[in-house]
Amino acid sequence: MKIIVAIKQVPERDARIRIDAAAKWIDLTDVEFMMNESDAYALEEALLLKEAHGGEVIVVSAGPERVGKTIREALAKGADRAIHIESPDETALGSYDALGVARLLAAAIRDEQADLVLTGLQSDDLGLGQTGVILAELLALPHASLILKIEKTSEGLKVLRELEDGWFQNIELPTPAVLTIQSGNTRLRYATLMGIKKAKTKEVRRVTIADLASGPADPVVVLDHVSLPNKQRTTQLLGGSPAEAAAALVEKLRFEVRAI
Amino acid sequence: MNSVLVFLEAKNGEVSRISWEALAAANALATGLNLPLDAAFVGDPASPVAIQGDAPRTLYAIGDPLLQAYTADGYTETYRQLIDQVKPAYVVFPHTYQVRDFAPRLATRFNQVLISDVTGLEASGDSANFIRQLLQGKLNATYRNSGDGPRFLSVQAGAFRAGAASFISPKVEPFHPRLDAAQIRTKPGEPFRASAQTVDLSSAAILVSVGRGIKEEANLPIVQELAAALGAELAASRPICDNGWLPMERQVGSSGQTVAPKVYLAIGISGAIQHLVGMKGSQCIVAINKDENAPIFEVADYGIVGDLFEVVPALTAAIRKVKS
Repeated sequence: MKIIVAIKQVPERDARIRIDAAAKWIDLTDVEFMMNESDAYALEEALLLKEAHGGEVIVVSAGPERVGKTIREALAKGADRAIHIESPDETALGSYDALGVARLLAAAIRDEQADLVLTGLQSDDLGLGQTGVILAELLALPHASLILKIEKTSEGLKVLRELEDGWFQNIELPTPAVLTIQSGNTRLRYATLMGIKKAKTKEVRRVTIADLASGPADPVVVLDHVSLPNKQRTTQLLGGSPAEAAAALVEKLRFEVRAI
Repeated sequence: MNSVLVFLEAKNGEVSRISWEALAAANALATGLNLPLDAAFVGDPASPVAIQGDAPRTLYAIGDPLLQAYTADGYTETYRQLIDQVKPAYVVFPHTYQVRDFAPRLATRFNQVLISDVTGLEASGDSANFIRQLLQGKLNATYRNSGDGPRFLSVQAGAFRAGAASFISPKVEPFHPRLDAAQIRTKPGEPFRASAQTVDLSSAAILVSVGRGIKEEANLPIVQELAAALGAELAASRPICDNGWLPMERQVGSSGQTVAPKVYLAIGISGAIQHLVGMKGSQCIVAINKDENAPIFEVADYGIVGDLFEVVPALTAAIRKVKS
């Protein structure tokens, strides 16, 4: 099975939030990056399928040069080769909306004629949760989202989909198909030393936005600005040493909330 | 025709609460832009739903045997046809697992992009801005559309207040899409629950809920001791259950249980949207987190910014002291 996994590099979970000068995003100075969590699970599912049924795993990722590190991580874990859609700087991709980014991804992978395209269900930074589904429409493929398990069958795939409130559902679909993967079903592997060594020799094909785009970004949805959220409730912060803060909280829970 | 069209999602013949919230959002948008409001749902035109909120002008009751079970292909094609007929300026959805499965595909069919998970909107004259959260709730972003419609948005649970029951019944119009079984490429199975629930978080008066900040499974005893001291039930955010440290049935959030206890103690939980929707109705929320900018503090009544490994044992000791 030939499997493509679209992965995104995102700011680390604990990254400091300072709004940048243009009020379009956070200031990326000193920000560390990591592989988007659900994309890491998508990669894991792809590697498991390859181990069970043979084939090839190709990762595709869009972003500036720094994204190369996440691509190497995926290769070190066992992906066979990669496509890096390289943006010249931090802002070039920012002018694309979800459809624009999905079009770039579709253009980069269309000729691969993969049996399966996987993405994480959403990114931890923008959280749009749409790229995989849009990609399916652009590639005219069936899709299923929020997938926890993938099973290969004689006709195609049987997948386990998460619904709300602890409900699940099995879905059968033919290949080629696009699946968006929910976090948490398997344990993620670590790259081995051998894997890290091998990754250095694996192919990373670099393509530019200009190679893939048929014109300017031309977004239909435009980010006006970002801001820090307003508080919905007034939080009383209880300060002091841990013991003082704990004592103050117990007072509140006893005499104001009357819960103890 | 220029209108706002809102899709209501029905489960077992009953329209979900979040759909009425979407109706409220669509109504705010329609009022701001001075547009008429229409609604649509997949269901029987002979037994229309009792509207919660201001009644739409027309309620389209979509019927087709191929829509018995939800499929992305079936819903995408059906809604495409309805939108082609009604030609709305805006299409509003509740942000459910079903909507996020097909709405991006539907929007793409119109060369549009769904503005997903909207928490607020500002509409006046002929322009509208939509607010959604980024970075797991740590940042708000304001978006607007560019170019011609139809424009698509989905509304986050709990962001808009559903209206009271309407006394006015909308005009119900049946809509029959032209669907072909061959267009539906996926075969959905019956929904099922993984296992019988043995823990009922919704009946607990106090919940001690633990998140990623606990770092390791071996650290769980410190929150278990706090829960025991308080007589509370133990709950968790998704990553804890994903790691298998606590069973799934203790998970609070959109993929777990929705709770509203008297006191909810969020320990080492940053407060991603998916978690907040499951607990923000709690009467009193206490957050203990080392990051003062964590979004959990946006909904917390009391907060302690500090290291949970110091604060939680101190809290357990303080509670034991007053209880003894």
